[in-house]
Amino acid sequence: MIGYLIRRFAQAILVLFIVTVITLALVHLFPGGPVRAILGPRATVAQVAYYNRLYGFDQPFYVQYVKWVGQLLQGNFGFSVKLNQSVASLIGQDLPKTIVLVALGTIVSLLFGIPLGMYQAVKRYTFGDYALTGVSFLGYATPTFFVGLLLVEWFAVDTHVFPPFAPQSSTWLGVLSQPRALVLPVAAYAFVLYALWSRYMRSSVMDNLVQDYVRTARAKGAGERRILWGHIFRNSLISIVTLLGLSLPTLVAGAIFIEVVFNYPGMGLAFYNAALNVDYEVLLGFTVLATVATILGNLLADVSYAILDPRVRYS
Amino acid sequence: MSAYIPPPQSPVPSGLAEPELARPDGAGALTAAEAAELGLAPAVRSRSLLRRGWDVFAENHLALASLDVVLLIVLFCFVGPLIYRTDQLHTNLTDVLCQPSGAHLLGCDNVGYDVLGRLMIGGQTSIEVGVAAAIVAVLFGTLYGALSGFVGGFADSLLMRLVDAGLSIPYITVLIILSVIFHPNKPVMVFVIAAFYWLGVARLVRGETLTLRTREYVQAVKVVGGGNRRAIIRHIVPNAIGTIIVQATFAVADSIIILAGLGFLGLGVQPPATDWGSMLSGGLQYLQSSQSYWWLIYPAGIAIILTCIAINFIGDALRDAFETRLQRR
Repeated sequence: MIGYLIRRFAQAILVLFIVTVITLALVHLFPGGPVRAILGPRATVAQVAYYNRLYGFDQPFYVQYVKWVGQLLQGNFGFSVKLNQSVASLIGQDLPKTIVLVALGTIVSLLFGIPLGMYQAVKRYTFGDYALTGVSFLGYATPTFFVGLLLVEWFAVDTHVFPPFAPQSSTWLGVLSQPRALVLPVAAYAFVLYALWSRYMRSSVMDNLVQDYVRTARAKGAGERRILWGHIFRNSLISIVTLLGLSLPTLVAGAIFIEVVFNYPGMGLAFYNAALNVDYEVLLGFTVLATVATILGNLLADVSYAILDPRVRYS
Repeated sequence: MSAYIPPPQSPVPSGLAEPELARPDGAGALTAAEAAELGLAPAVRSRSLLRRGWDVFAENHLALASLDVVLLIVLFCFVGPLIYRTDQLHTNLTDVLCQPSGAHLLGCDNVGYDVLGRLMIGGQTSIEVGVAAAIVAVLFGTLYGALSGFVGGFADSLLMRLVDAGLSIPYITVLIILSVIFHPNKPVMVFVIAAFYWLGVARLVRGETLTLRTREYVQAVKVVGGGNRRAIIRHIVPNAIGTIIVQATFAVADSIIILAGLGFLGLGVQPPATDWGSMLSGGLQYLQSSQSYWWLIYPAGIAIILTCIAINFIGDALRDAFETRLQRR
């Protein structure tokens, strides 16, 4: 177990190294390099040379890489010239709001996805199962932003039940203090995730229903309710925890689209604006942060799986 | 893993195999005959595999209906413009946001393009890019995954860590950065989407290869002196073809949705070209106004959902078809 953890950790470090090299290399792919992105096409050769020397772009790639990683480790994610703000402060300002959105959306989707997925597995091949399968397929095939558009059209433009915009506050507490405005973004976000959890839960519970331990529980006289919630639910939860750790890229992608549709002032919207302005420092900083989060998520998923499921033995 | 240290040594057996194939007729013919026999066996089986797969597929009415839907959408997009002729190159400011009418069956968008005609043109882009990206991603991912799984050992670990690294960058951020870097048009979008999508395919095919390479018929290729390339291309890939086809089907739907997402953000193909997602990005602005312009969002949105649901149903049916093949064997 300890050996496995060490090996898994070493792998994560290696992956982190490759990822940071790729990300920094991406910056050099910008048309004309990062200099032109900042100074524009009309900058003179002398200006470009001066800027390159000032920011160290005239040095070999590996020198730039070491310096950049050194800065990252000290918490310096760069400085956005276009926003006149350090990327770290931008992250500090926007990340909590995105976490609020992602957490609420994930919780809501799990609250629907887990019980409905279990219902589908228990009542498999009935009308209810087919209807809910249809809903999941719809969730898979519908782009996140289109769900958002439809909700705005139905509940904000046509009926005025909810405001069409997300809360426009600079702090996460301010965002939470406007729950009415949060409903549509969270609902749109949760719908797409719901498809993921419910499909997974359905097949996981169906696998578990034929396991020996279920038969044993039945033989010992446990009621269906107890079997479902006391035995199968707890076992399926293990894989949901793992899936949650592995789904971070999906969560990030969903957040970007929802934030753009609802103008939610989080990291996704900031990233999108940075992409439109070619604000490479912000793009770089956010990508590295999201990637580290993903790698940690995968690591936690593997480790929690190893701890929660005693059958799993890693050699 | 230690049981499979031999693969790094495999250049030696295959190096021995080359002169054997080039030897005088007798030995050469024998090897060729054996190879033909070995090569033929999976070929015959794969043909019957496809036919049996089709039989199972044809029993699935939902899948057949989905196939019809996809064919109709393809006809609509590629033959439609020949019948319903509209100007999709020049904006027309007198028709901006006009209501659906006899002249414009689905109205006009925010710069005066006919929406029904735009739906056809946009559909061409969505389908072309979706299919092309899926093909490129699946071809590359298959070869990469099969090679990695077959070679094993240190090279396998290294190749898979590269895939891990690629998969741990949230794909949407890479896609956005890549479409900022390159001026987005159809071929660039194919490359951008495939550049990320092949990773998942590679991991899947590698898993399949790990189980296939221990099978007797793959071991037999080595015994008769076949090289790694032959084993991978003639034996491993054809036997993983079920998994690959299913994955390719889902890849088309996923690529269409990814392209739509980038188009929606304004980072997809640029006007006058369009795709279903780009058509929706115009809808967002006009949604917030007091009057609802439903024709800006429903046609393109429904087109995406319909296409992707149909393709996903086909993929599911294909998976069933190929899985029954495994059960019957």
